[in-house]
Formats: sequence, C-alpha cells, structure tokens
Amino acid sequence: MAREMTGAQMVVEALIDQGVEHIFGYPGGAALPIYDEIFQQDKVQHILVRHEQAAGHAAEGYARSTGKVGVVLVTSGPGATNMVTPLTDALMDSVPLVCISAQVPTHLIGTDAFQECDTVGITRPCTKHNFLVKRIEDLAGVLHEAFRIARSGRPGPVVVDVPKDIQFKTGIYENLKGAVRTSYRPRLEGDERAIRHAVALMASAKKPVIYSGGGVVNSGPRACELLRELASLTGFPLTSTLTGLGAYPASGKAWLGMLGMHGTYEANLAMHGCDVMVGIGVRFDDRITGRTDAFSPNSKKIHIDIDASSFNKNIRVDVPILGDVAHVLETMIRIWKEVVPKPDAAAIAPWWKQVNAWRAKKSLRYQKSADVIMPQYAIERLYQLTKERNTYITTEVGQHQMWAAQHYGFEKPNHWMTSGGLGTMGYGFPSAIGVQTAHRDALVVCVAGDASIQMNIQELSTAVQHDLPVKVMILNNQYMGMVRQWQQLLHGNRLSHSYNDAMPDFVKLAEAYGAMGLRAQRPAELDDAIEAMIASTKPVIFDCRVASMANCLPMIPSGKAHNEILLPDDVADEDIGDVIDAEGKQLV
Amino acid sequence: MPLPGESHSAYFYQETVKTIERHTLAVIVDNEPGVLARVIGLFSGRGYNIETLTVSETEHEKHLSRITIVTTGTPAIIQQIKLQLGRLIPVHRIVDLTLAGAILERELALVKVRGKGEPRVEALQLAEAFNARVMDATTESFVFEITGKSDKLDQFISLMVPLGLVEVSRTGVAAIGRGPEGL
Ligand SMILES: Cc1ncc(C[n+]2csc(CCOP(=O)(O)OP(=O)(O)O)c2C)c(N)n1
Ligand SMILES: [Mg+2]
Repeated sequence: MAREMTGAQMVVEALIDQGVEHIFGYPGGAALPIYDEIFQQDKVQHILVRHEQAAGHAAEGYARSTGKVGVVLVTSGPGATNMVTPLTDALMDSVPLVCISAQVPTHLIGTDAFQECDTVGITRPCTKHNFLVKRIEDLAGVLHEAFRIARSGRPGPVVVDVPKDIQFKTGIYENLKGAVRTSYRPRLEGDERAIRHAVALMASAKKPVIYSGGGVVNSGPRACELLRELASLTGFPLTSTLTGLGAYPASGKAWLGMLGMHGTYEANLAMHGCDVMVGIGVRFDDRITGRTDAFSPNSKKIHIDIDASSFNKNIRVDVPILGDVAHVLETMIRIWKEVVPKPDAAAIAPWWKQVNAWRAKKSLRYQKSADVIMPQYAIERLYQLTKERNTYITTEVGQHQMWAAQHYGFEKPNHWMTSGGLGTMGYGFPSAIGVQTAHRDALVVCVAGDASIQMNIQELSTAVQHDLPVKVMILNNQYMGMVRQWQQLLHGNRLSHSYNDAMPDFVKLAEAYGAMGLRAQRPAELDDAIEAMIASTKPVIFDCRVASMANCLPMIPSGKAHNEILLPDDVADEDIGDVIDAEGKQLV
Repeated sequence: MPLPGESHSAYFYQETVKTIERHTLAVIVDNEPGVLARVIGLFSGRGYNIETLTVSETEHEKHLSRITIVTTGTPAIIQQIKLQLGRLIPVHRIVDLTLAGAILERELALVKVRGKGEPRVEALQLAEAFNARVMDATTESFVFEITGKSDKLDQFISLMVPLGLVEVSRTGVAAIGRGPEGL
C-alpha cells in the first residue's frame, strides 16, 4: 500500500518491510532524521556500537550466522569512511550487507561541506554496488533493490547514501520488496550438459577430491545438506577452505581437514595428487593454490560457482558450471544416481589407502606441555567443553585463527565466522557481538589474539550495554605471532615490531568496562577457566596465557607447491628460521 | 630479488605464453551517474589496459548508453575483463565485437597544423589524399577533420608532424558489426 511519508520514515519502513529486526550503527549530524525515526518505533532494534567499523563487522557476523542481510546505519564523512574496512571484508568473503550512510544535503554536495565525503566514490571498489539517492521518488525502490542485490547471486555489501534533505522530503512510499529495479538477474540453474560432463568425469575418477568453500555456506542450508549427500553417495574425500568450514561435518567420514597454507597434509596432498577435483563455491585464491604452476598438475577440474569471473581467474578449469550451489548439486546428484546406480568403492579404494597414509602423518600434532598452555591445546579444550552446546566461534586474525580452524571441530554451517579474504584484525570481537545479537541464548566465543583484540576492544562497552554475553578467549602469546612466525621463517629472525609491549591487564580492563575478566597461566587451570567463562551471564575477557613462541604448522610457504608443505616434525618452534633456504626466502 | 616472471611465488607468477590480443568490446549500460567511473575503476583497479574508450547515450527512452572499449591483453585477461564487466550491476550486455567477426571501426580526429608556404601546401595535399576535410583555415593554419580506422589516423597525424602539427583531438573508436543483425 502506497503511503506518503518522509525519506527518513521510508528508510525505517523499508527495513521493517524487509523483515529487519536488528541494525548496527552510530549517529551523527547528517543521519539525525533517520535516528529520530528509529527512536519512534520498536520493530527495528538498534545496536549502538563504539566505532563504525565494529558496526560493519557486527552486521557481518549477524549475516553469516543467520543467512539474512546484515544492516548498518552510519553518518556522513567519517562515519562512512570508517565503514571502508568492513565493506571490503564483506566483499571479499561474499557477505550480504546493506549499509545506509547519511550524506550532506544535495545542494551542499561538492562544496567540501562539513563531514562531506564522496561516499559512493570511496566505496565503489569495495561494494557489490552502491547508490546515491538524489530524488525522494527513487528512495523506496533503491532501498529494496539494495537488499535484493546484497542477498542474491554472489552476496555482497551494498551502500545506499541518503542526503539529509532527502531524509526530510516527503514522497510516496511503496513496499517494493521483490521488485526488480536493475537488470541484475543472476542465474541459478546450472547448465545440464556441463553437469553431465562433470558427472562422467567423477564417475571415472580413480583419485577424486571434493574441494568445498564458503560459497556452499552462502548458498544455504540446502546446499550444505546436498554437499553431505554428494560426499556420501560418491565416497570421495572432501576438504574445505577456511570460510567453508562446517558445511561438511568435521566428524564426517570424508573429512580431510582444511586445505591451503595452514591446511592438513592429507588435504593438500590429496589436492596435489588427485585426478578429478570437484570445486564447489570456491575461488582458487593464492592461500589455497600456493604456486599456481604446480597446483594439482594432473587433475581435471570441475568448478561450480555463481560468479562466472571466478572461472579461470587463477587456475584454468576444465568444466565450469555457472549456477547456485544448491541448484547445481540437486541436478548433479540426480544425474549421478542415474549414471552410477551402484558406486564402485573398489575403484577408489587404493586412493583412500593413500589418503589414509597421509593422514597417519598426523600433521596437526604439536608438542604437549605440562607447564605452559599450548595454544592448540587451548582450542582442543575449548572444543571439548563447548561441543555439546549450540556454539558459535568467531576469530580475529593470526595464528590463533588458524589454530581455531585446525583444532575446533565444526559440525554445522553458519557457526564459524572469520575474516578470510581480507584477513582483518579487529573483525572477530564485533562479529561475535553481531552473532550474539541474532542468537541471544547461544554460546558465542571469539577466539582472539592479544594484538588483534586491541583493534576493537572498545566494543566491550557495546556488549555490556546491550547485554550481549560474548566470550572473548585471548590466546595471549605476547606477540603478533603470525608476523613473528614469518619474520623467523623469512627475515633472519629479526623480530621487527612484532612484540606486543605495554599490554593492558585484560582482566582489569574487562572489569573496568563492567564485564568479567579471567586468566589462566597453566594447563591445570585451563578447564576451570573455560567453564567459568561459559557459565558467566556477562561478557567475558579470558586472558589465556599460552606458549609465546609456538608456531602454526603445517605451513605451505606462499609460492611453494602443495607437496612442499612444512610439517611439525620438520620444524621445531625454536629453529624455524633455518627451514627455508636463502633462495626460498625470496619467494614468499 | 627475482624479477617478476622468474620466480615461482604466487605473487610473481605470470603466464609465460603471452599472445597479446586487441579486442573491441561494446558494453551496454544503464545511463546513470557513476557508471563510467565503475567501468574505468574496474580497469585501473585490476590492472587492465584501455586503448580507447568512448561513451554516449544510444537509447534515450530506455536510458541506455553504449561504451566502446578497445583493450589489449592475453586471451585469459580478455576473458576476465568481460566476466568482471559482467559483475557490474548497471551493465546489461557485453559484446566482444572482435570475436563476433566482421566489424566496422571508425574514429574521428581534429588536427591543427600551422605553417606557411611549401609545408602548408603539402599539408593540404596530404589532407586531400586522406579524405580529410578542412574545418577551419587562416593564412597560417588549418584544422582538418579526418575519419577512419585508428591506424589511418595515426599515419595522417605522423605525416603532419614535420609540417607543423600543433594539436590533435581524437574521439576514440566507435564500432559496429557488419550485416543486418543488431547486437
Ligand atoms: C588490520 C590488520 N593489520 C595488520 C595485519 C597483519 N597481521 C596479520 S596477523 C598479525 C598479528 C596478529 O597478532 P595476534 O592478534 O596477537 O595473533 P597471533 O598471531 O599472535 O595469534 C598481523 C599484524 C592484519 N591482518 N590486519
Ligand atoms: Mg598474539
């Protein structure tokens, strides 16, 4: 039903019509008319952050854990520029966001007005699309189109920049949810001929592997079910990228662990040695492929993706299939059942034997200690003590992120949020706040590093204000561990600015904000501390003191092939500096 | 440090076989503010080449513009360029005219030449030979208008250099397929 209202009212009305229950934001002059409307209703709940970047990451966590579009509201100028990092993060990891930014009044645009910036210009390369609304007649249509673009096809962030005079103007609002304003119509169904071709390759494979990614999670729960069905029907081993974890359960028979730079030996060698690779919702980025000219040299590659530009971008593939993962897998499974009524397990038995031999290397092994908490052990304990609950894990960026990916067993999709493509320190804590906003009763744990957590530590105040009892478990090694690891490996052990000096007392810091602070120094204290963290009804900062010099292995130094992977047995934490020769050091 | 191309690092790795091709793309876009910036930003952000680019509204009622881009790159890069253009929301269609077969390509240039006596006469004679038209004349200068393929324009302009070339303004390439079919 069309009604007359102001632009600011239209913004809120469109959010309600889109079913938005929560938004993350921060006010300012140009956004005040919208904030005034937010104040006068109670359908859309606003979570006030302490820095706009955190609003963006919170919306990302919200989106990834619900499958809905995350929504952000910021003011013009600095409010908008503070969104550049989360928008880029969301673009890289295909997270659906709508960011409504206020802008100076239209007649001031271009005059260097107070808090003016060229928001559409600045965010053009870091959004899927953006709009500057200069006419009230366009506002309703643009708002609803922004949601459609953000969530359909390969999801991504969309900015709608709304000048202040447009927020005051009155016009006719219509619920245009579902209307199509631009020519954007992503194709969902895969080409059946290509799928048949793929199935024929798969049916004849002797050394197959499924390489699954974040696109499966993005496609939705149905896609994840179909992935599991495909793995069990074919009996193929399966590995996943960092962002795809949980689409296939870590307890599943086909599971090889994560692949890539810090992936398992079996996953990387299976990728290297396979004869048929089935890439599903993946993009063959450099952290996965390593040295591209030595990447899986003898395989036929099938690639399912909704973004045609992913095909042949980094790695030449043999059978590209354009479409939505769930749609394509539906068809693929139907054709597989038709072509292979009785799977021949014997055909790939030798391959499994080989894979199991690689597995026996136990590449995630680490030196246990009774005196210091090994970071890997901390994650193992966290997993054991939280696996029976509905637990969501987010991470910051660094070694702790990789250890969480390696040692936590992800059984379900949408329960794991990490900054993959952009690798944004400061992502994990606000992201956890977003997750907790959507899942009030769930356990939400941010596995953090002592450096990363300080990038958005101010959000403790947000968590306390909004009663969001997120748990931050800092694997405190006193270092920017991942940076130090590279310096040890590649820069002659000169630890340039990677020691975290002048660290705050995290327990006191938590208490200063009205949250709970905990600390564990020794393995014997670990379980109690984790239990206390879980039991708390408040936000918690858990300062978990871990071995300071532990390194994250296995590792394929960038520029190396998958079969040149470094294993824990090859590199003790002390002499990691000697592992790569002088020539190799220049390659990374 | 190894030079780009010599190393095996994923960061330096470059394709070894380099057949550089020149393609003319017709890109049909919504005629809206910022659309050209999106296209140009994509080329600069991803390191693609633009040889020439022309843009103008072609279908007023539908608010559609046509951008004609001449670009160069390996076949893989050209393919990426088309697929990346396809990701832009206001882009309706991308037609690779070079792949589509027989095409007409034309460019227009305005060429100012200054001189007296012998060089001036020679410039005028060459202009006639190239079918260039005199658009403006003074006792010591000409402005010629010349239309044709880009290499014909290049040739004409280089001939004008010793005869007193002062200034050139070129439109960039407009292109269309031969025969009765439209895009
Ligand atoms: C915003 C940002 N700045 C810099 C980096 C580069 N970087 C990657 S990991 C890392 C160190 C992280 O240290 P910490 O949070 O303590 O984690 P640890 O590796 O010690 O587990 C840095 C600086 C980054 N990823 N993001
Ligand atoms: Mg650290």
